[in-house]
Amino acid sequence: MPILTLITFLPIIGVFFILSMDSRRSELIRVTTLLVSVVVFFISLPLYVTFDAHTYEMQFVEKLQWIPSFGIHYHVGIDGISLFLILLTTFITPISILASWHITRNVKEYMVAMLVLETGMIGVFISLDLFLFYVFWELMLIPMYLLIGIWGGPRRIYAAVKFFIYTMAGSVFMLLAIIALYFLNHRTTGEYTFNLLEFYRLDLSFAVQFWLFLAFAFAFAIKVPMFPFHTWLPDAHVEAPTAGSVILAGVLLKMGTYGFVRFCLPLFPEASHAFIPVISWMAIVGIIYGALVSMVQDDLKKLVAYSSVSHLGFVMLGIFAFNIQGIEGGITQMINHGLSTGALFLVVGMLYERRHTRMIADFGGLTKQMPVFATFFLIVTLSSIGLPGLNGFVGEFLILVGTFKSRILYASIATSGIILAAVYMLWMFQRVMFHEITHEENKTLQDINKREFAILIPIMLLIFWIGIYPSSFLRKMDASVNHLLKQIGEKANIVSNVQKQNNNITPLIDIVPETKTEW
Amino acid sequence: MLNLVALILLFPLIGAAFNGTIGKRLRKENVGYIACGAIGLSFFVSLLVFCGLLLLPPEERLFEKQLFCWIESGSFKSVVGLQVDPLSTLMILVVTGVGFLIHIYSIGYMHHDKGYHRYFCYLNLFTFSMLLLVLSNNFLLMFIGWEAVGLCSYLLIGFWFEKKSASNAAKKAFVVNRVGDFGFALGIMLIFLTFHTIDFTEVLSAASHGNFEAGSFTITIITLLLFMGATGKSAQIPLYTWLPDAMEGPTPVSALIHAATMVTAGVYMIVRCNALYMLSPFTMIVVAGIGAVTALFAASIGLVQNDIKRVLAYSTISQLGYMFLACGVGAFTAGVFHLMTHAFFKALLFLGSGSVIHALSGEQDMRKMGGLRHHIPTTYKTFLVGTVAIAGIPPFAGFFSKDEILLESLVRGNFIYWSIGALAAFFTAFYMFRLLFMTFHGESRLDHHAAEHLHESPRNMTLPLTVLAGLSFFGGFLGIPGASAINHFLSPVLGGHGHTEIPGAASGGHHGAWLPYLMMVVSTAIALGGIFLAYHMYIKKPALPKKLAERFSLIYKLLLNKYYVDEIYDALFVHPTKKISAQILWKLVDVKMIDGSVNGIARLVRGFGNVLRLLQTGYIRNYAFYIVLGCIFIIVFAVFGK
Repeated sequence: MPILTLITFLPIIGVFFILSMDSRRSELIRVTTLLVSVVVFFISLPLYVTFDAHTYEMQFVEKLQWIPSFGIHYHVGIDGISLFLILLTTFITPISILASWHITRNVKEYMVAMLVLETGMIGVFISLDLFLFYVFWELMLIPMYLLIGIWGGPRRIYAAVKFFIYTMAGSVFMLLAIIALYFLNHRTTGEYTFNLLEFYRLDLSFAVQFWLFLAFAFAFAIKVPMFPFHTWLPDAHVEAPTAGSVILAGVLLKMGTYGFVRFCLPLFPEASHAFIPVISWMAIVGIIYGALVSMVQDDLKKLVAYSSVSHLGFVMLGIFAFNIQGIEGGITQMINHGLSTGALFLVVGMLYERRHTRMIADFGGLTKQMPVFATFFLIVTLSSIGLPGLNGFVGEFLILVGTFKSRILYASIATSGIILAAVYMLWMFQRVMFHEITHEENKTLQDINKREFAILIPIMLLIFWIGIYPSSFLRKMDASVNHLLKQIGEKANIVSNVQKQNNNITPLIDIVPETKTEW
Repeated sequence: MLNLVALILLFPLIGAAFNGTIGKRLRKENVGYIACGAIGLSFFVSLLVFCGLLLLPPEERLFEKQLFCWIESGSFKSVVGLQVDPLSTLMILVVTGVGFLIHIYSIGYMHHDKGYHRYFCYLNLFTFSMLLLVLSNNFLLMFIGWEAVGLCSYLLIGFWFEKKSASNAAKKAFVVNRVGDFGFALGIMLIFLTFHTIDFTEVLSAASHGNFEAGSFTITIITLLLFMGATGKSAQIPLYTWLPDAMEGPTPVSALIHAATMVTAGVYMIVRCNALYMLSPFTMIVVAGIGAVTALFAASIGLVQNDIKRVLAYSTISQLGYMFLACGVGAFTAGVFHLMTHAFFKALLFLGSGSVIHALSGEQDMRKMGGLRHHIPTTYKTFLVGTVAIAGIPPFAGFFSKDEILLESLVRGNFIYWSIGALAAFFTAFYMFRLLFMTFHGESRLDHHAAEHLHESPRNMTLPLTVLAGLSFFGGFLGIPGASAINHFLSPVLGGHGHTEIPGAASGGHHGAWLPYLMMVVSTAIALGGIFLAYHMYIKKPALPKKLAERFSLIYKLLLNKYYVDEIYDALFVHPTKKISAQILWKLVDVKMIDGSVNGIARLVRGFGNVLRLLQTGYIRNYAFYIVLGCIFIIVFAVFGK
């Protein structure tokens, strides 16, 4: 059964159903959308169960000709790196839809956007053809733009345009790089193709790698977002409706980090090595800076948005540790961030629905009125802080171990991020949930209802599952990550030999072998 | 019997899960029964494990039970495995035993509280976490327990979350502990990098089998980083500031978490890693130094505090300092011994103070107490036992353990350690008897409301007090010099006689047989001196303290305000961080510089567009003009361009 195609395009089929419905029957539309996304989730589960953890080869591969004259294929498949991102997407989407029940304006259009978005997101993670990848990459931009621009807050137009243009600016360079790869591949093999697996075999000179890495990295760094390309994120998050924020944080940001793992590292290993210090320092600055700026926010969504900058800094640091702990930690942390930060946005959304404000100062003492909500909120907060036994710790610690192995200094500075995380999260939690209730409006707040309970419970289960028994996730990644490391290592050696012969470009940064440990 | 060890963890976890989920719908009695029953069962199994261990010959007393693999990535591996050896067995006995008594006490103490089930859920969760900490067989699993007890501490300090001071204290405790954990986490990473494993048995055997030279740089860094974690959890200088504030929590919590068990985790960790610490003479000096200074520093603050729980909090910090002093001079058994006796008498003292507070409807200020001994006789008698024990009067428990530490600090350390410890012991005797006299003796200074409701605590509160008083009296006999049962029991973990020499340190142990006896006399004399001074100042001449405070007002204010350390930390770390983050990082760098340039680029593009738009006028004559201009340009270029 072509599972990947099924989960990618089932949402589109759902779109046609919904389009045929009367737009006044909003309840029917909601339920149908939810149903479609839930079905997609259940169809995606066999990916996990039947996934063969012993091989690094792409699995569930489907390959069809699409535009033969340009050598473009519909070529999809997954490995241990993309597996969990796809599952994360199919998991987060129904939750976001369930969290959109309060949307009353243009329900039909909203739900269509959500489903198209799901198609785009899954497509990005399964594409093995760079042209196809680019199509999905741009496709998912449009529904997100609409979600922010139509159903967003007061400054939604500014935020939506900023989000769109920012991402586009990066994408343009990526497109150029993809086309360059296309012709470079033709020059060596005589074949026109966008096949990623073919591109992996290319031996590019350092100079070429250098520029192509920059082009890809620029697109991905904006998406992650890495400091200093992050300023679109707080605006987009603040203005986006709850579900938009959840998907943005939960899945969209992961495309940047995924891009680094899937494209930058294996395609341009030598350049990636050379960029370790640059990327690592950007990541470290992001960790500290994001945490400090997050600490002083008075808008809950902005606080969570800046905390994402900090968390994703950890992911990037882990990926650029260039060893198994770092990369596996990085992938785990992508999932964790999707769950915890997604949940944080859900929780903030629940407060917003009740009070129509996100200002921390408008809350205080809510625990008294909402004890069940308080428990969930606390667990999510602790997961985000990285409390051992919950999911966040597993990823964060592996990242730090990996980084520590390659560069002790980087790890030591980054570890201070765990102190700051406790500061900004607990301070926020205290101001929202503890103390006496000072605002009259908060005295009548209702605790969470069944729908909200249903939204949060699955996330809680995963938070504990990953925290207590991460092996069921890590073991599926082993083969793929090991292969990736081999790819980086082997190709880096070949290229460095080539480079010695025609040494016409001096690398900006000294290349440090990954095995060496520095203080 | 050793196979049962997992049950010790399981019971409290089930208790917590039960009370946490459906506790709200249960009757109060049942909530209490479940929580106490869980710990009781856990204590029972701990006893079985203890017996099982005793049945084995001493050198085989190490048992590991691996449950499942927790985190594994490449060569990095951390399993969930439990380690039973004399050290961890002693700890689980203390944790479940004292914990059980405090749970029973809590039934009475928390009876009127609305968050009854929440309280017992947290308390059980704490016990689970603490047991995990002491039973873990590797550093990372210990770190889970380490952070989880911190979480429970956070939840219980902030139990009355409506109070701003309580939630502030909770947050402070968590954050300050995180600073320590920063060191601990780095320490674990460095251990992994150095030893390629984080399993206790493997790391410690590699350390003790001569793979590393004494004084090795890496080992020194590792031990210092771990010790950083210990200063956080065990409230030592410079990270002790959270513990006095932690008294915002319910009093039984202060007894269990902030006196008897959690705060001793740092000591436990160092004793557990004694093989590593023995390799680093430098770290040992740091540990002993910080321990000694903290002991004196905290005791000096305790001299003038007026809040009954705060006096006990500073006393705890000071006593923990003694334990670190013992570890720092290599007398690990003495440290563990004091850990145990301290758990008895400090739990007793806290529970006793809780009984006082309960009797006075929540009053904690000792200036509003006095003369209580006739009204709450059981509390008074048991509290007296605890006070005498901590002051160090033979044959009470505190005497033996403290005396051993002082002796070892002189024999293995130097005269400076001893004199700091001795001075702190003098302070201890003074402030504890000051507390006793101000609370139970002299004139009653109660206000009307408190006096009216004055009552002795119920049975379920006085019973634990009595049991703990018994332990505070007899506990010391486990470690009497010459025939120390605890020394003998711990020797498989701590080597030889539980005392190993620090390589390179001044050789001790060659003292005459008379020295221990002389030291006993001296430390008893010191304690009696402190007691006498307190008696003189607070019973004989009650006006004297006030006069002294006026006379030495500078010192008095300094002590009363705890050397202004909180204020200094605020000024140095808290305020600058907030200010820099808000004013510079956010408003300047983020909004003005980064976002400003993003918007600037956008404006530039728009401006450029506006300029170009001027060209598109729609008049034919303008376009014709541009064409002519273009032609001229091309011609000029063609003629002169070459």
